[in-house]
Amino acid sequence: MNSSVSMTTGGGAAVAENKVPLWRRRKAMANYIALLPYLAFALFPFYIIFITSLKSKQEINNLGKSPFWTRGIEWENFTFLWTDTVFFEHWMINTFIVTTVSTIISVSIGILAAYALARLRFKGVEAFGVAVFITYLVPQTLLFLPLVDVINFIDDFIPIRDTYWSLILTYPTFLIPFVTWLLMGYFRTIPFEVEECAYLDGCTRLGALFRVVLPMAIPGIICAILFSYTLSWNEFLYSLVFIQDEHAKTVSVGVFTELIRGDIYFWGSLMAACMLGTVPIVILYGFLMDYYTSGLTQGAIK
Amino acid sequence: MAEIRLQDLWKRYGADVMAVRGINLDIEHNEFVALVGPSGCGKTTTLRMIAGLEDITGGQIQVGDRVVNDVPPRDRDIAMVFQNYALYPHMSVYGNMSFGLRLRKTDKAEIDRRVMSAAEILNIGELLERRPGQLSGGQRQRVAMGRAIVRDPQVFLFDEPLSNLDAKLRVQMRTEIKKIHQRVKTTVVYVTHDQVEAMTLADRIVVMNHGVIEQVGSPDEMYNNPQTRFVASFIGSPAMNFIDCGIEQTGAGLAIRLSDQVALGVPTDRTDRYAPYVGKDMIFGIRPEHLTEHRPHAEETTQDLQIQVEVLEPMGMDTMVFFDIDGTEVCGRSEPRSVSDVGEAMTLSVNMDRMHLIDPSTDMVV
Repeated sequence: MNSSVSMTTGGGAAVAENKVPLWRRRKAMANYIALLPYLAFALFPFYIIFITSLKSKQEINNLGKSPFWTRGIEWENFTFLWTDTVFFEHWMINTFIVTTVSTIISVSIGILAAYALARLRFKGVEAFGVAVFITYLVPQTLLFLPLVDVINFIDDFIPIRDTYWSLILTYPTFLIPFVTWLLMGYFRTIPFEVEECAYLDGCTRLGALFRVVLPMAIPGIICAILFSYTLSWNEFLYSLVFIQDEHAKTVSVGVFTELIRGDIYFWGSLMAACMLGTVPIVILYGFLMDYYTSGLTQGAIK
Repeated sequence: MAEIRLQDLWKRYGADVMAVRGINLDIEHNEFVALVGPSGCGKTTTLRMIAGLEDITGGQIQVGDRVVNDVPPRDRDIAMVFQNYALYPHMSVYGNMSFGLRLRKTDKAEIDRRVMSAAEILNIGELLERRPGQLSGGQRQRVAMGRAIVRDPQVFLFDEPLSNLDAKLRVQMRTEIKKIHQRVKTTVVYVTHDQVEAMTLADRIVVMNHGVIEQVGSPDEMYNNPQTRFVASFIGSPAMNFIDCGIEQTGAGLAIRLSDQVALGVPTDRTDRYAPYVGKDMIFGIRPEHLTEHRPHAEETTQDLQIQVEVLEPMGMDTMVFFDIDGTEVCGRSEPRSVSDVGEAMTLSVNMDRMHLIDPSTDMVV
C-alpha cells in the first residue's frame, strides 16, 4: 500500500518537472512582453552611445549610413580622449575625488541627522524634518546664485575657486538633505526594542547607533551611498559655474566644454567619454547591489 | 541583594495621559512577581520605568539599596526579555548572548564559560553559530532569555515574553521559565496579560487597572479572596459569573435573591459580614467551577439550583454549561456525563462557601 502511494507521488513530481503547464508558459511570456517597451526606452540611448563610440569619424559623418549599427570597430575615439584631452588624467580623477569625498561627508552627516530626527524627541523635531525636505526641494538652478557668493567669500581666505574643493564644499548642500530624508525613513523601520536592548546590555546612545543600528541599516546606507554617488557623479551645474580651469573640470563638464567646440561636435569622442563616464557607476552598483537588496533586519523581531 | 521598591510612582504622557498613578510596590530578593492587567493598564510602562527605558514623572525606584531614578539603563544591572525578542540580527546567537559581556570587557574565557552554561540551560548549544533569521520563534525566545541569563543581572524583566508563541509552545516555555527561575535564582518582574501565566509562574501577582494596583497577593489569594470586582473577573478562566442580587433576611439567616424564583441561603459564618447589606442591590459572584453538576454527598454549604441548559461547550475533561438567570448569562462547569441536553432542565450544585458578594457602588468585594 505504502509503496504504491510513494510511486504515485514520485510519478507526479516527475511529470511536473518535465512539463511546465501551457498557461504558466503563456503567463511568463506575457510578463516578458510587457517588459519590452520599458527595456527599449531604457537601453536604446546606451545602445546608440555604445555603437557610435565604436565608429570612425567618416562613418559617423556619412549620412548615407544607418546610425543604428556599425560596419567595424574603431578605437580612434578612445585614443583621441587619451591623447588630445585630459579625460583620464584629470577629469576622471577629479570626478572620482569630488564624488567620493562629498559622498563620505554627506552620508556621515546625513546618518547623524537622520538618526536624531527619527529617534530623538525634542521640540520642533517634526518641523525640522519637513525643513530638511523643503531644502532638498529648492532647485539647484536657484541655489547656485548665492553659492557663487559663498565660494567667492571663502576664496578671499582660502583659494578654492577653480579647484575641485569648491565642488566638495557645495555638493553636500543638496546631498545632505537627500541622504537625511532617505535614512530617516529607514531608521524608523528599525525596531526600537533592539536599540533599547543594547542600552540595557551596556551601550550609550552613540554606542547603540554604531554597534546595533548602523549594522541593521546597511541596506539603507548603501542606498544613500549609491544615490549620493550617482547624483555627485552626474552633477553639472555647480561644476560648470565654479570651475573654468580645464585641468580642474569633472567629466560631465569637461566632456561638454572641451568636446563641443563652437558648433563642432566631436560625436565619436563624446560618446566614448559618455561610455567611460558611466563605467565607475555601473561597477559600484554591481558591487553594492547585493547588500542593498538583502534584508538585514530579518530575525530581529517576531 | 536586589529588592525593588517602587514608591509613589507616577508616569504621565503628554499633558493628560496618566499611564501610572502613584503605585507602591515592594518586590523581595529572588521573588518572582507577575504584573497582570488588561492592555493600557500601565504594567509595561511600570516595567520600562524599572528598566530605565522610560523617564518617571514622579516618585522613586530603588533597586537593591540604590535609588535609580536618574541612573541610565546600562548602569542598572538589569536584563530584559522583550515581547518581540529584539535580537541583534547581524550577530550570531553567540554574538547576541555575549554582547553585554563584551561591552563590559569581561575576560574572553569567562564569556565563553557563561555563554556555554546558559546555552546548556536553554538547550541551544548547537545554535550558537546561527543568525537569528535562521531560528524558529521558540528558539529566538530561548536566545533572548539566554542573552539575559549570561549577564547574571540583579533583576530580570520579562515583557510578555510568550505572547508571540503558539499555544503549545507557550505552555512549554512557561514551564521552562519556571525551571530557569528555580535554577538561576534572581528577582524577576514578569509582565503579562495572560492570568494563567501569572498564576502558574509567580510567587506573587500584582493586578493593575487604569494605572493603579488593584491587589497584590499570592496566586492562591488572588483566586480565592479577590478584593475587587475587577480582580475577581480578571483572575480565573473561564471568568467568574456576576449576577445582580438582593440580600434578604430569612428567619435567623440571610439569603441571596437572584430572581423571583431563585434564592440561595448564605452560609452561617458569613451572616454577620453580609447583614449590613440587607435590602441593598448587590452583585453575586461565583466561579463556574463552583457551579457544578449535582453531587449528592456535597458539603453542607452546597445548594441546588434548577436551570435550563441553553448552550453546552464540551472541553473534554469538563463541559461548560450556559444558562440564564433573570436575563444574565451564567456559566457552570460540569462533569461531561452528568449534563442534560440543550433545552432540558438540569440541577446544578452551588458551593456557597466559595461565593463573593460585591457592592456595586464601590466595586469592592465585601
